[in-house]
Amino acid sequence: MNEAPRQGSSARPGAGERLFGRAVPRLEDTPLLTGRGRFVDDVQLPGLLAVAFVRSPFAHARIRAVDCTDARAMPGVAAILTADDLSPLLTSDVVAGAMPSAAIRHEVYRPVLARDEVAYAGEAVALVVAATRHEAEDAAEAVAVEYEPLFAVADGPSALEPGAPAVHMRLPDNLLATFDFHYGEVDAAFAAAAHVVRADFDLHRGGGHSMEGRGVVAAPDPVEDRLRVWSSTQTPHALKAALCTMLGRGDDDISVSVPDLGGGFGPKLVTYPEEIAVTAVAAHLGRPLKWIEDRQEHFLVSTQERDQHWRMEMALEADGRIAGIRGALTYDIGAYTARGLNVPYASGMMLTLPYNVPSYRLDIAVALTNKAPATPVRGAGQPQATFVMERLLDLAAAELGLDRAEIRDRNLVRAEQMPCRKPLKLRGGTDVVLDSGDYPATQRAALAQAGWAGFAARKAAAREEGRSIGLGLANYVEGTGRGPYETVTVRVTRQGRVRVSTGATAMGQGLQTAMMQIVADHLGADPANIDIHLGDTAEPYGFGGFNSRQTVVAGASADAAARAVRHKVLSVAAHKLGVEAHALDIAGDLVVETGGGNRSLTLAEVAVAAQGIAGFRLPGIDTPGLQATERVVIDDMAYANGCAVAEVEVDRATGGVRVTRLAFAHDCGVMVNPAMVEGQLMGGIALGLGNALFERMAYDEAGQPLTTTYADYLLVTSAEMPEVAVSHTESPTHLNALGVKGVGESGVIPMAAAIASAIDDALDDLGVRVLRAPVSPQEVRAAIRAAEGGAR
Amino acid sequence: MSGQTFQLHVNGTSYAVTAPDRKTLGDALREDCGLTGTHLGCEQGVCGTCTVIVDGRPVRSCLMFARQAEGAQIRTVEGLAQGERLHPLQQAFIDAHALQCGFCTPGFLMLIVGALEQDPDMTEDELAEVLSSNLCRCTGYAAIAKAALAAYPRPATPAE
Repeated sequence: MNEAPRQGSSARPGAGERLFGRAVPRLEDTPLLTGRGRFVDDVQLPGLLAVAFVRSPFAHARIRAVDCTDARAMPGVAAILTADDLSPLLTSDVVAGAMPSAAIRHEVYRPVLARDEVAYAGEAVALVVAATRHEAEDAAEAVAVEYEPLFAVADGPSALEPGAPAVHMRLPDNLLATFDFHYGEVDAAFAAAAHVVRADFDLHRGGGHSMEGRGVVAAPDPVEDRLRVWSSTQTPHALKAALCTMLGRGDDDISVSVPDLGGGFGPKLVTYPEEIAVTAVAAHLGRPLKWIEDRQEHFLVSTQERDQHWRMEMALEADGRIAGIRGALTYDIGAYTARGLNVPYASGMMLTLPYNVPSYRLDIAVALTNKAPATPVRGAGQPQATFVMERLLDLAAAELGLDRAEIRDRNLVRAEQMPCRKPLKLRGGTDVVLDSGDYPATQRAALAQAGWAGFAARKAAAREEGRSIGLGLANYVEGTGRGPYETVTVRVTRQGRVRVSTGATAMGQGLQTAMMQIVADHLGADPANIDIHLGDTAEPYGFGGFNSRQTVVAGASADAAARAVRHKVLSVAAHKLGVEAHALDIAGDLVVETGGGNRSLTLAEVAVAAQGIAGFRLPGIDTPGLQATERVVIDDMAYANGCAVAEVEVDRATGGVRVTRLAFAHDCGVMVNPAMVEGQLMGGIALGLGNALFERMAYDEAGQPLTTTYADYLLVTSAEMPEVAVSHTESPTHLNALGVKGVGESGVIPMAAAIASAIDDALDDLGVRVLRAPVSPQEVRAAIRAAEGGAR
Repeated sequence: MSGQTFQLHVNGTSYAVTAPDRKTLGDALREDCGLTGTHLGCEQGVCGTCTVIVDGRPVRSCLMFARQAEGAQIRTVEGLAQGERLHPLQQAFIDAHALQCGFCTPGFLMLIVGALEQDPDMTEDELAEVLSSNLCRCTGYAAIAKAALAAYPRPATPAE
């Protein structure tokens, strides 16, 4: 591991051991290990009622009538509401999506409850409130909905064909948007190219599949006429804003809290119709309500990421340098927009980033289909872009007779180019500037770890034994730390404890611990004296967890706020003790003299002094209290990078692929906690392995979901995990004072590309090309059979 | 509350539970015994998140009716630690960074404890196979396996 110089928290004489940068134990662990975690379904309130939704069994249908008469008479039922019943309680019947874009041709926001038409299987039609979930589900089954089934469209390319059935009755076509990326003279590059390689790619991605589904508890507070909401969401601020708008309430009338979150992985960053409906009905009934998503609902209605169809070509110089890339991408976004165009945007923007690509054009068409809305899943379009880019490079290497690592080395952005401005814009218009890193060195590290140089001999020896092993590689760049900011307030309480609150939201990655480590070194370095409050919406400005951003943006604000509070602590203590502030330090909950003196004050004494005394000047400070709120604004993204080298063994008789070893070299800037970084990588790697070989959310031609249990939809288990060797390099970014970049999505991004490359290598005598993900044993076997000329 | 009243013996304590026949053990532990450390992940018996120990065997509490557990000795994650002293497996999970969101963790703990109490001579390979019965979306599993082996060292599996 490289020990790059670290910016950030300064060394202080006399302080305890530094916490920043070390694999310290997590603050989160003990409660979670002893059954004392508090997840949303653990929230219990007096008089709590349960909610279940009536959901459409059809992918597309007109709703002729909804009859709740029988259902309302069922045991335990308190209320049943349809769209018409809910409408008077809301300022809008639809959940307006985040991320507006001028490229969007049709406004297709999700209804809170469907009124006249359902556009995907699982869309909610009515809400049932009953004493227990059993009773609510019984009553939901008894709600009689008269549907008139309509033709459905179940895949993106079909949706865009002339004469395709309409996904929504009111729309003239299913083309949601077209947009493009282009720079350089791409057609001229192709006209002059020494080599051109072409391929079509079919890339699927499935669901988030946090082990905890979504859920919401909403409780009216009649004393203060407020609403308290607990939701299993990655973005409590967005939920609060949507609730205030849609319920016609003020910012201070609704509080949203996030209990322990049982995983996020993207789908929980979206505000959902169920959260709006449950809260509105709780306010209407004056009763606390709970809705917990069950696993089947997660499969049906939690957002997923979705199929991308790419038709691409790459032009190359005679020496293997890339001259240009052009092509088209069709993206299937499902029935509604919940997060604008940001997944296909990210795919198009990220495609070329690790490499020097002089010209580029990508035409993107976004299709509506009768499927659950698609929004980011961990990786957010970047794994697909990486797959396309890396596979094109493998095709080019074969065409030119170059080693796959060599062709990459000739094209990678080099350390001396950093910071490297790309002729591309982030979705907000900011330039894309790769900030730091040594991409060729990262590739070399992964190759060395994997034994790339000596692999040909191992492969030949295995082939002698009748085994087909292969090695494949993929580089990636991950855009992290999406701005503009996250708010962090640090306060030393009158009890002398350090309290940190922020809208940044835990998703399970250990954010409490990371925030503690960032703050602690400035304020006594005692984890036991620090309380971290995440997902806090008392402060009105904030975002939450997505885009591998929180350690970057909330970390930067936490560092700044902790430094400001430290300054105040030392100023007040210096005033009280009659010494210079620089002669003091904070150790645990004490402010101590460092220059030989042995006087001290407790943080509690300093905090009490800092609040002031009526009629007296403040003690050594201009503003009262030991508190600071910071919102460090960072517009540019910090780019992490890495390289994965996967080794596979392919069973030619069955098409079965086993990933046997993985070398993963990466650079996410300065690491706050290396063990947690490794945890992020390992989890991402497991998901990426699933994307490469297993996870397929299948729908039939009528838009019916076919994989709605874990017996049908395969998550990776421990049995599929290869031996993984991770190597870390730390190239600090200049974009924040800590030098940190995000890492939450890195693991997933190169996996499908590296595994596909390895399968090709294992079957190189047959010329098999894996151009899809996931690739099933049946598909591998079919490719082998086709390559063998149909012989068994 | 409708249904019959019966006793559940959990972590050495008896709970009088009044529940309909169709209530699962997992729901009863959470709602009627107030033991919310047991989590429900899929309610279809696949993910293993809801694993508890019933009469010495790890079982999926979403697949067992509460009434079926009447008279049995049930152990849940709340019963693992002795006061403030963590069970060695809990400590091993901390040391190995074997949890992230922690939602699946109680199921893994009860699976490992139950399986190894049932078969203390289990080999490393057999333990690896046991671990593949539960799902975790955060950790990529390697740290969980490491924690299990740290708490329950296994003789190396003899080579063939």
